[in-house]
Amino acid sequence: MKKKSHPKELLLQGNEAIVEGALRAGCRFFAGYPITPATEISEILSVKLPQLNGTFIQMEDEIASLGAVIGASLAGVKSMTATSGPGFSLMQENLGFAIITEVPCVIVNVMRGGPSTGLPTSPSQSDVMQARWGTHGDHPIIVLSASTVRECYDVTIQAFNFSEKFRTPVIVLIDEVVAHMREKMVLDDQEKIEIFNRVKPTVPPEWYIPYEDTPRGVPAMANFGEGYRYHVTGLTHDIRGFPTSRPDEIGPFITRLHRKISQHFSEIQIGEFYQTEDAEITIVAYGCVARSAKRAVREAREKGIKVGLLKLTTIWPFMRSAVEKVLQTSRVLVVPEMNMGQISREVKRVNPGVAKVFTLDKVDGTIITPSEILNRIMEVS
Amino acid sequence: MAEITKLIHKYLRHDKKFPHVWCPGCGIGIMLGALIRAIDRIGYEKDEIVLVSGIGCSGRLPVYVDFNTLHTTHGRALVFATGVKLAKPSLRVIVIMGDGDAVAIGGNHFIHAARRNIDLTAIILNNSVYGMTGGQHSPTTPYGMRSTTTVYSNIEQDFKISELAVTAGAVFVGRGTVYHAKLLDSLMEKAILKKGFSVVEVIAHCHTQYGRQNRLGSAVEMMEWQRDHTVPVEKAAAMKPEELQDKVLIGVLVDKELPVYQDEYEKIRERAKAGAGK
Repeated sequence: MKKKSHPKELLLQGNEAIVEGALRAGCRFFAGYPITPATEISEILSVKLPQLNGTFIQMEDEIASLGAVIGASLAGVKSMTATSGPGFSLMQENLGFAIITEVPCVIVNVMRGGPSTGLPTSPSQSDVMQARWGTHGDHPIIVLSASTVRECYDVTIQAFNFSEKFRTPVIVLIDEVVAHMREKMVLDDQEKIEIFNRVKPTVPPEWYIPYEDTPRGVPAMANFGEGYRYHVTGLTHDIRGFPTSRPDEIGPFITRLHRKISQHFSEIQIGEFYQTEDAEITIVAYGCVARSAKRAVREAREKGIKVGLLKLTTIWPFMRSAVEKVLQTSRVLVVPEMNMGQISREVKRVNPGVAKVFTLDKVDGTIITPSEILNRIMEVS
Repeated sequence: MAEITKLIHKYLRHDKKFPHVWCPGCGIGIMLGALIRAIDRIGYEKDEIVLVSGIGCSGRLPVYVDFNTLHTTHGRALVFATGVKLAKPSLRVIVIMGDGDAVAIGGNHFIHAARRNIDLTAIILNNSVYGMTGGQHSPTTPYGMRSTTTVYSNIEQDFKISELAVTAGAVFVGRGTVYHAKLLDSLMEKAILKKGFSVVEVIAHCHTQYGRQNRLGSAVEMMEWQRDHTVPVEKAAAMKPEELQDKVLIGVLVDKELPVYQDEYEKIRERAKAGAGK
């Protein structure tokens, strides 16, 4: 009897889905350092990457991990690392290097409670601002989150695509709950996945200007060893890649770094509007808290309160336009998050004053439950 | 055309804004010359060379030469080089570091790169001081010497970079000085050709900072010190310990064989693929 071909159904945890997404996006290099609760990503890639002619290496620390990832990407291989808060702190140095040298790479941060060693095995969302501002200097950043296993897979592919398209590091910021819970998911056929690869120069090497401005703001990227010998430096550089301290070269360079992200703002915004059409109260949530929030929306509606949910998948750049959209109907916003209010500050910042913004901060290492959100809604409605 | 003119035309970047950043009399130029001559003798294509550096005076070296060049963060050159080499093993990856770069902020990366035996060549310019920032003491500043952060005297012991590399497992370790230019040429060539993690320590002078603060004289006088305080390893074998007390050994300190990381990883790939098929 002929076997029927079924789509492959898998029971995966978030960390495993990140691996599947990364491999389908074309990731063939991983460097990392063991850290809870992100270690599964390293362990699985140490098995799978060599099967695909890729490379896995365990480095001596997280500084080294991201450095190796950037080196591999410069040599033309899509690369990734994964860590948690303490390791993410160590990566900030080379994260800035990847930004200024415009090297595509993906960094997964499975958040734990902090500061310092904090709560290695408990969930938290307290790295939202570190992901935005952790590395020194003015810089743009793309940060994506996930609240389901399927989204872990999707945003990892998206993270690689954004990193290649905009020549920038992209951070996948998830929490321990999403990283470790298991859900059923179906893997797509490889042909159905949209993959974006970095744009390479088409001009002869002698005409190549490695940091030239373009309408998209993203210069073509030559890989090492392909005939385009150029200089890569973490110093502020001119369009040829050479260090410069000339104001007329520095200004346009730093401006372009920001513009290449800001002018593609709408393309980078990913989120979900759940029952927001008529919502008088909207919850703004992300990660595992968005799951509780969805349940709270349903329970509130059963009580006759018109509540909706704006789920943020893109954390940075902050989804100002999505918040503005829910403000068309909502006069109350509730922002539950497992930190001291890192995203609620952003919601307050973009609120033109028409709505009241209420926080629900939890920092005890436990998740925010649907009833806690519902109670907060009852309090403020 | 003189040989040196040919090398300058072939290897220095024509579009780079010269003059360079180094002080007149600095030894880095001698080290760069030795490196270029070694590469030229070996005959590698410019496209296959990746020159990686960290931060400091030595970190500025790659910008002037026409290879794939990568000027990284302080102390991290070896980790970037590790990524480049593993992602594209056909590239010849050479790493330039200073003493602070390699054994202070990058000390952990240095010993681990040596232990892993990745096929990289690390060239370390050891001038015993942080020159670019104005003459602070480094891990190789000898006991009792003065710097802008040890004005009363350095009370720390100094690292011996080559001996550290030997202990950490480097398969080739050579030490030279910028005074011994011909020795440097041959050490560079041997190190680059060596499969595995190779190290060349280049003892150099920083007359601008270290020399001035310790009244060691001009660049020439400091190079004469290099001449008078070094002994080739071959000659040292026949010398008494008391004769060698204030001497630094130069030449090839270690040349041995150990499994090379990329070759071993290739075997891992084969095993992984065989396992996946089951």
